[in-house]
Amino acid sequence: MGERELKLLGTWVSPYVIRVRVVLNQKGLKYEYFEQDLTNKSELLLKYNPIHKKVPVLIDNDQPVCESLVILQYIDEAWSKTGPSVLPTDPYERAMARFWAVYIDDKVFLASAGILKATTEEAKAEKIIETMAGLELLEETFKKCSKGKPFFGGDTIGFLDVTLGSCLVWLKATEKVSELTLLDGNKFPKLVKWTEQFLSADCVKEVMPKVEKVEEYINKTLKPKWAAAATSSK
Amino acid sequence: MTQPNEIKLFGSVMSGFCYMVHHALKLKGVEYDYIEEDLKNKSEEFLKMNPVHKKVPTLVVDGKPIAESLVILQYIDETWPEPPLMPQDPYQKSKVRFWADFIYQKMVPLTFVIRKSEGEAQAKVVDEFLTIFKTLEDGISKEVHSEGPFIHGAQPGLLDMIIGPCHTGLKYLEQGLDGVKLVDDKKTPLLCMWMDEYSKIDVVKDTAEMMKQYAPA
Repeated sequence: MGERELKLLGTWVSPYVIRVRVVLNQKGLKYEYFEQDLTNKSELLLKYNPIHKKVPVLIDNDQPVCESLVILQYIDEAWSKTGPSVLPTDPYERAMARFWAVYIDDKVFLASAGILKATTEEAKAEKIIETMAGLELLEETFKKCSKGKPFFGGDTIGFLDVTLGSCLVWLKATEKVSELTLLDGNKFPKLVKWTEQFLSADCVKEVMPKVEKVEEYINKTLKPKWAAAATSSK
Repeated sequence: MTQPNEIKLFGSVMSGFCYMVHHALKLKGVEYDYIEEDLKNKSEEFLKMNPVHKKVPTLVVDGKPIAESLVILQYIDETWPEPPLMPQDPYQKSKVRFWADFIYQKMVPLTFVIRKSEGEAQAKVVDEFLTIFKTLEDGISKEVHSEGPFIHGAQPGLLDMIIGPCHTGLKYLEQGLDGVKLVDDKKTPLLCMWMDEYSKIDVVKDTAEMMKQYAPA
């Protein structure tokens, strides 16, 4: 059997990329990583993701897979006998994992980004409430999924762990930049304990950026970019 | 694989997403109870089952709810494997999931904007929609379809089941567009052919017949 050539196109700061890298690490899969400059998209990126032109893109023996949640399921199925499973085996639990993963991306993470983007105190307050409501639901979901074990996936890191876990450094950086607390240990004790377990796992430590670096990225790159876009559209 | 005993579907005659679920259940030969929800006056039982989004369709299996049509369709396919809605090969599966995600992420939101806008703003969104719809056709024909009357080949699969009901919704939307076609067989001949083929299958006709009693007067 020939060696399989795995490549990953990504950026160091994207949660969508981080989650794929955690799973590749957990499965013990070797891959070549290509850091992308999204302000000047490479030919490689345009060739392998012509539709969305976004990261992550997993390239398996020259065959591209795009969209992070599609990639996670692909890795799980293509390497089903290697390392722990990413998704649960029971169809109902798989449905719950898929439902909450989309909720995390569409509601919780986007709401938290909205805190950073808000230009009025009112808008900011609205996004904070939205984010906290999402985290409250996730605290309940964690209790149901983990069944007393350390992760959403049970004994090992799974689909929901990496989906929410990959956003953690962003959430923490948002807390610092906006001077507030989101991951409140009093309101969400199980979730906060889980964040410690997740961030200390070997497969995670290697690919998770430092909070300070994300904070710097938000302040020096993102916020000026959003301000410039707002001015030019007036 | 343990299959549930009691299956209930909360839906609405007005929601294309619900038809996808009816078709999947019927294709798999699954017996279920259907509850038509008045979307302007949602029942307590329904709200208890989908407190997060409060939307239809919501499938309830042995008292446990599942929401979001794409999640429901995959659950149905994995619980009742025959006939399969997805290819076996993981890479082929990833292509189906990619294009299913494209439909929900790119195409569906535009239909909501088309409905709410008018005049020049609407014309602009319609143009955007037509481009996306063509991209969908090109992508599916290159990456998913190889032969056969349906997107998935000789038998309908997940993408057929998603696009088919979307077709009905698009034709309905066209009525308010002053002669502009969203589904044009000169622009997207393959999608038109696949949707046409899908509309002829028994489960589609049976569902339409079953739903007549709930149609608004």
